Amino acid sequence: MAKKLPKVDVLLVGFGWTGAIMAQELTEAGLDVLALERGVWRDTSTEFGVTNVQDEVRYRYRSELFEELSRNSLTFRNDTSQTALPMRKLGSFLPGTNVGGSGVHWNGQTWRFLPSDFKARSHNEERYGPLPEDMTVQDWGVTYEELEPHYDTFEYLCGISGRAGNLNGKIQDGGNPFEGPRARDYPNPPMEMVYGPTLFADAAAGLGHHPFPAPSANMSQAYTNPLGVGLAPCSYCGFCEKFACANYSKATAQTTLLPVLMQKKNFTLRTESMVLRVLKDKAGERATGVEYVDTNGDTYEQPADIVILCAYINHNAHLMLLSQIGQPYDPRTGEGTVGKNYAYQITSGVTLFYDDKVFNPFVGAGALGMAIDDFNGDNFDHSGLGFIGGGYIAQWQTNGRPIESHPTPEGTPKWGARWKKAVRDSYLHAIGISTHGSVMSHRGNYLDLDPTYRDVYGRPMLRMTFDFTDNEHRMSDYLTDRAAEIAKAMNPREIKVSRRTGHYSIVPYQTTHNTGGTIMGTNPRESVLNKYLQSWDLPNLFVMGAGAFPQNAGYNPTGTVGALAYHSAKAIREQYLRSPGPLVQA
Amino acid sequence: MRKDGLDRRGFLKVGLLGGSAALVPATAEAREYNGGGIPWQPGEASPPTQAPLESHQFFTVEERRFVTAAVDRLIPPDDEWPGASDLGVVDFLDDQLAGRFGRGDRWYMQGPWPKGEDTQGYQSRFAPAGLYRKAIQAIESHCGKAYGGRTFAELSGDQQDEVLTGLEKGDVELEGVSGTTFFDLFLQNTIEGFFGDPVHGGNRGMVAWKMIGFPGARYDYRPYVSRYNEKLDLEPVSVAGMTAASIPGGRG
Repeated sequence: MAKKLPKVDVLLVGFGWTGAIMAQELTEAGLDVLALERGVWRDTSTEFGVTNVQDEVRYRYRSELFEELSRNSLTFRNDTSQTALPMRKLGSFLPGTNVGGSGVHWNGQTWRFLPSDFKARSHNEERYGPLPEDMTVQDWGVTYEELEPHYDTFEYLCGISGRAGNLNGKIQDGGNPFEGPRARDYPNPPMEMVYGPTLFADAAAGLGHHPFPAPSANMSQAYTNPLGVGLAPCSYCGFCEKFACANYSKATAQTTLLPVLMQKKNFTLRTESMVLRVLKDKAGERATGVEYVDTNGDTYEQPADIVILCAYINHNAHLMLLSQIGQPYDPRTGEGTVGKNYAYQITSGVTLFYDDKVFNPFVGAGALGMAIDDFNGDNFDHSGLGFIGGGYIAQWQTNGRPIESHPTPEGTPKWGARWKKAVRDSYLHAIGISTHGSVMSHRGNYLDLDPTYRDVYGRPMLRMTFDFTDNEHRMSDYLTDRAAEIAKAMNPREIKVSRRTGHYSIVPYQTTHNTGGTIMGTNPRESVLNKYLQSWDLPNLFVMGAGAFPQNAGYNPTGTVGALAYHSAKAIREQYLRSPGPLVQA
Repeated sequence: MRKDGLDRRGFLKVGLLGGSAALVPATAEAREYNGGGIPWQPGEASPPTQAPLESHQFFTVEERRFVTAAVDRLIPPDDEWPGASDLGVVDFLDDQLAGRFGRGDRWYMQGPWPKGEDTQGYQSRFAPAGLYRKAIQAIESHCGKAYGGRTFAELSGDQQDEVLTGLEKGDVELEGVSGTTFFDLFLQNTIEGFFGDPVHGGNRGMVAWKMIGFPGARYDYRPYVSRYNEKLDLEPVSVAGMTAASIPGGRG
């Protein structure tokens, strides 16, 4: 029998980026906020020391910052004809656990989505005609213009380093000319470039493209954010993604929000508290709180006036399904919304090998690089191409960590004497161009509950059904061809083209950019959440994160996740608290 | 030495940091933080654990013979640079398989266990330690049948490569275990031992890093960002705070 605890104003489930943002914004409004985090406390000074974070075996390959699947995994299949089987070890994506969540081990590539991305259905249909029947692409219900001030808030919180390409409609030299208009420039100048990105930029410009320094949450200089929290200049150590920053140089909840938030009397963080389900009232009209279990195995009922799901997207969707909130999506009928439109990212790359150039790949940072956006979203004419969507093409120099990064030319075996020699000859002399593509939603790609496998808490696990479609393969091939053209213009000795072919596989690491399942939209028939991330079914339940994306754009998600959280927080503060109820009438 | 983050700060029980009286008696095991600022404790850190230079915790004598021979086919010595076993990869594997990794503590290991599609990934019922044990036994059994009673270590280099290639491509059938599943994990772990930080027992003397020009756990490259197209030849450093020259048994 769960022990019932005293009620709080706001309960946050999970304490990563969105949990910390909502806690900061809602405590400022005078509310008592409690965050329940399944993992433990972590801070830079203790856990992420400069003497121990640069350890590939410990962090990347023994997963010390990532979630433990032994407690709760998911099952996966490519389509409904297969039996979903458990993801037994991590591969394709690497969700985090503990305070700060996945935001602790991100690269820091911080993008805004394009204005047209938020109107993916209406925009594309207007320009190209009806979309294929099985492409379940939807408009977001929120526009770029509405989110612009919130992108700005997140970028200034984080101290993003970059160069504006569009200031209030005026195109700026050296920035991304395709971006939506921004009210002001980035808070910090671009990072200092290493050699490779400059070669990429020269070649791309020579082909008529528009290279610009990629927006980065790695600090180009010392920065104090609007909350008074200071970040240090990036030291280019090359251990960002899959690692914590030891140097207070990468924007995370720890380096931007927690020093302020943790001082507040009206904020409480309870760690080692795993939320099992959201509780509803008898009429099923409001969330009343959550049930959670501590590491002793004792269960508690934690009541709250407002419940906000801030866990990773699969866990948010899982909680919605387990708590029987809303109607689960059915791919046969297309009815129901919870679990609908799960999407991802499609990536590919071209590796360039030189004899006469040295790149020192270990001098790197997670978001250090030059990019072009000429082939993202609808920045180019798709007529006759057979796909919609796109992605950016970039030359990043993120790392030279040798277990993960030891490129070899085409035709090299994977082991043995020839492999060893190729690794040795190539390590300092190779760079890569990567493409980072959108994934449109599709009728058959969705999340639901698995009928067979259970987690350590005895709950049915989440089941993921997903595959890349023809739209994604055509789009990715198109991007890969453009990347190869740029690579050839950079005059290497040889190139190796790595396309994304065949079925989606959960084995090789791709990106931790899972999206959908708790999508936002314009009406309750087609979406789980309204434009303020408020549940259509329970108006005192809000769901953060990339699960709200109705399909995925050709950018890394964190900038948009942050902007949506600020957008939601503002609506709660300025509208919901005055009149607790639906913020959008169905 | 904490490894899973759960046994640290056991003293930070509910309410110790002050905070909201209404919530104090909440839970016995969860930690609660309220209003005390960042709960920083002096003298606390999360350093790496130094693996033993020689590890004899997991492999039997026969298994060790197989592993030593096999890792030296995966990453063989050459005229200039040592191979995997010279750099301690066998000790690295032994230590890893004897610990949490070997037990698959972080992996989801509940059944049922139907054979899956390649896209569904690892579906062996064995955690890494069990997989190595079972697979090595099956490989030796295969070698005995295919090569006139000889063990893997007794085969010629070409024959050993033939066995490994057969496992890699799925052409060699093993009793009770997937040869490809084992090969993929074995190759990955061998590369981890070869290129990983020497604190884990492999990459002795950081020789693998010197071979390619990786300076290891250095953390500030700002002076080198603008030095385009220049070979830097920086002495590597380990997270154990050592340079190659200072490591016991190292080849500085």
